[in-house]
Amino acid sequence: MTSVGATVKEPGSSVKNKTGSWRTFKPILDKEKCIDCGNCILFCPEGCINKDYDIDYDYCKGCGICAEECPVEAIKMERE
Amino acid sequence: MDIPEKEFLAPGHRACAGCGATIGVRLALKMLGENTVAVSATGCLEIITTPYPETSWKIPWIHVAFENAGAVASGVERALKAQGKDDVTVVAFVGDGGTADIGLQSLSGAMERGHNLIYICYDNEAYMNTGVQRSGATPYGASTTTSPHGKESFGENKPKKNIPMIMAAHGVPYVATASISYPEDFMKKVQKAKEIEGPAYIHLHQPCTTGWGYDPSKTIELGRLAVETGSWLLYEIEEGEFKITYRPLERKPVNVYLEAQKRFKHLADEEKEKIQNYVDQVCAELKI
Repeated sequence: MTSVGATVKEPGSSVKNKTGSWRTFKPILDKEKCIDCGNCILFCPEGCINKDYDIDYDYCKGCGICAEECPVEAIKMERE
Repeated sequence: MDIPEKEFLAPGHRACAGCGATIGVRLALKMLGENTVAVSATGCLEIITTPYPETSWKIPWIHVAFENAGAVASGVERALKAQGKDDVTVVAFVGDGGTADIGLQSLSGAMERGHNLIYICYDNEAYMNTGVQRSGATPYGASTTTSPHGKESFGENKPKKNIPMIMAAHGVPYVATASISYPEDFMKKVQKAKEIEGPAYIHLHQPCTTGWGYDPSKTIELGRLAVETGSWLLYEIEEGEFKITYRPLERKPVNVYLEAQKRFKHLADEEKEKIQNYVDQVCAELKI
């Protein structure tokens, strides 16, 4: 067999690595305040906020972009 | 604008908290969809998304050397064509070092030969993966580890190389600039690039918390400041026709952008004025 270099056969397998442990500050979303603009979903570097605005803390690194870009300040960053 | 919900870049990747590159790739892949093959040269994106034996990619992805992303994307496009798979999109995601410096020849060749592919340069304005060394895309005045500021130097002493215009000079059907801070503008451009037959080039400006020196939460804000001050322009060139796609209502002074970043903190007023004058000149020509 010809070698094709290193191959990874399992798409999206980096989910095994839970980056939530990197976090110092945790985003807490107040769904009452949320106006469903989608900014936090679009701008999350991890893509770990779903369409129902649930934040996946297994992967959230706590960068705080979501809190910064929320137009109605519905997300607060709290120390872990 | 209808933004597809599906994600093609899995979490768990090793990007710094607040990384702009992964935001750009996520948004682009949403528009390109699953029938896509991606190619990346060496760089941040490669090391953060594929720590062997894991991968964050949910579509076929090939890592190649720094020099040849353009050549490999060309080969993939021709191979798919030979197999009659005309509905597969081929995209290259390459950093500014792999685009402006090391991979420029293979990119130029791909553009010249007219392959049906999309080349997206994610531009964080230095070699961030290896520890912030200057690239051809580093802007004037920026301090990097190979253009450090000090008694003898104010940092990078050359202006940013204008890669989108060099691509436009190849006469390709579509060239655009974009920013992760203007996602709809960027995603519309990706959609256009996908629909156009022939080579398309998108230069995506993408702030880097580690290399630029700012709080990770400010990544989108910094990208916005770049555009609002006229330091980065959003335009497209479709079949040779130049069009500005976003004009700031009122252009902010460049200082607000410079002072928000550690890499420009050392600049004397004289240098800042030079940068402002340069931006004013470019914006005057384009009526921004």
